[in-house]
Amino acid sequence: MKLAEEFKKSFFVALWFMLLTFPIMVVQVNTIENVVIWRWHNIILSGLGSFLLSFCWQLFLRRKGHSTPAAQASASRLQHLMAEPRLYRPALIILALFALIFPFVFSHYQVNIMTTALIYVMLGLGLNIEVGLAGLLDLGYVAFYAVGAYSYALLNYHFGLGFWTALPVGALLAAFSGILVGFPVLRLRGDYLAIVTLAFAEIIRLVLENWNAFSFGPSGISNIPRPGFFGMALTPEQSAIYMYFLLIVLCLLTIFVIRRLQYSRIGRAWVALREDELACQAMGIDKTKAKLTAFALGATWAGMAGVLFAAKTTFINPASFTFLESAMILAIVVLGGMGSIPGVIIAALALILLPEYLRVFSDYRMILFGAALIMMMIFRPQGILADMRKKYEFHKMKDSRIN
Amino acid sequence: MNYFWDLFLGGITRGSIYALIALGYTMVYGILELINFAHGEIYMIGAFTALIVASVLTMHGLTGVAVLILATIVAVFYAAAYGFSVEKIAYKPLRQAPRLSPLISAIGMSIFLQNYVLLAQTSDFLPFPNLLQDVLLPEAISGWIAPSEFIIIFTAAVLMIGLTLILKFTKMGKAMRAVAQDREMAMLLGINVNRIISRTFIIGSALAAIGGVLIASHVGRINFYIGFGAGIKAFTAAVLGGIGSIPGAMLGGLVLGLTESFATGYISSDYENVFAFALLILILIFKPEGILGRSSQQKV
Repeated sequence: MKLAEEFKKSFFVALWFMLLTFPIMVVQVNTIENVVIWRWHNIILSGLGSFLLSFCWQLFLRRKGHSTPAAQASASRLQHLMAEPRLYRPALIILALFALIFPFVFSHYQVNIMTTALIYVMLGLGLNIEVGLAGLLDLGYVAFYAVGAYSYALLNYHFGLGFWTALPVGALLAAFSGILVGFPVLRLRGDYLAIVTLAFAEIIRLVLENWNAFSFGPSGISNIPRPGFFGMALTPEQSAIYMYFLLIVLCLLTIFVIRRLQYSRIGRAWVALREDELACQAMGIDKTKAKLTAFALGATWAGMAGVLFAAKTTFINPASFTFLESAMILAIVVLGGMGSIPGVIIAALALILLPEYLRVFSDYRMILFGAALIMMMIFRPQGILADMRKKYEFHKMKDSRIN
Repeated sequence: MNYFWDLFLGGITRGSIYALIALGYTMVYGILELINFAHGEIYMIGAFTALIVASVLTMHGLTGVAVLILATIVAVFYAAAYGFSVEKIAYKPLRQAPRLSPLISAIGMSIFLQNYVLLAQTSDFLPFPNLLQDVLLPEAISGWIAPSEFIIIFTAAVLMIGLTLILKFTKMGKAMRAVAQDREMAMLLGINVNRIISRTFIIGSALAAIGGVLIASHVGRINFYIGFGAGIKAFTAAVLGGIGSIPGAMLGGLVLGLTESFATGYISSDYENVFAFALLILILIFKPEGILGRSSQQKV
């Protein structure tokens, strides 16, 4: 009975989508040779696809509507499993061993991809401070990334500054620009903040693209040196492995710092701010200070990631810092689960590594991102691995007595 | 003086288009308090549909104003249909969700639609036929203004007056204003809020599509990415005038268009978008409620 109804509904949805996608998907005009290509097979694809999707959609929506407590219970079961020391300790050791031997087992190419993925882990974790913890939707995160990358490239070009000097400088400059953007927009509500950060990132990109005397315009800066290893000359392969370990160490540092921050006074202030700004203020939290620190700290990691990116690719231009990049980092945070460190790491690795290995889908990468963002918000807003709030539970004393 | 006049007209032309798109943002924001990021993409889809229809029609031998009118009608229909569907898919299930959720969903929808057109059509710039050229104007007008500019300004003005009248005098307009004021109260008074929201999306999308057709034939080329820039600028216009306010969106569009036109004309054309974005940031810092908007108190 219910199934038949859903069947009927899906059928009409499919018809509607066939009509909707008709001009864009079926007709293709070639305005130079003045011919029209009719791609009728696409309409069948669109019809079948939307039929199936609509069917699943209704199914999921119904399940979500009915069994919310059960779904939550299952989610927390997964988390309990994760929190079980007997399970996660060996898993962590295996992971660490894998990370350690990875560059020696796999090829140079694989190591490079992994390094890129690790840069995104850093970016994701940094943005996680702003979006996940403090609830400040930043659509221009890539601006801070660009600040970091360009500060290393330019400082090196003009003053010959090395990687290790540029790393803190880039991070500081990015933090400073974070404060610069954050300061005026603190009074604004969440969605205004999103648009201002977006505008800010576009301004940065456009300036980098057009101010030739400063940033060498669209052609970018090349020959950025890779980081040195105590003055030794490294072959490209060795240097890639070095970069890889550098990133592993920095990612670990990031995780450590963010974990410490998350449960600190300021971290709890951020979460309070995210949950309810007014109540948070009423509890005596300095809203301005909390927001500014979130912005500055988030930007710091982006700046560091930018320096690393410049050092890894040895070439940067404004095309690497478009809105799509921001959207991708945001997708990492949202899909991973806002505020959840393991979630963000998994999402970053998945979103960067999967398209590399599934080349067939590489064209469809962005469209799938878009769809995933929508679906995630509707069906699983807490992300792949939801952030677990630390709870202090009272346990009976018997265990400690026996020991 | 002549140069000044050209820039002025160019600014008003641009501004009317921004205003048309900004109306969609401001209406949706007024009702749902949501920045409809996908709105720029609706505008882009409208322009694309018009291009496809116009090309097919011209290849079948039709010319002149008939092509313009048919292409616009189809584009408006499709844009409205897309706007309607976008709301049903991406925003309606999230009515009760925290504020950030529909915003992220909107960004997802924007990325999705962009790449949908990119994959189904092309990533290149397509030449858009200048449909506005075929409209014949009396000598008195075409002497001091380019015909396409005149048509854009004229159409935009008519549409905006029409919208104002609809909102002011029809039952639907009244219901829309009621929902914007207080959604729950409107519901209690027997207004079908979901239907009103759908209609808001349809009207906003239709206006954006008309803007898309007009500006595409004025500028002469489109690609899948035009919605992004136009979207942010139109949003800037909406904020400039005071978001949620209909006359504000119109005024904001004109102010933004003029600013851009004069800034690119007298300062530098490389930084066209920078001026718009800088204006947005300045407005949000110094007068976040906009020119015509009222500052609202946050309530618990």
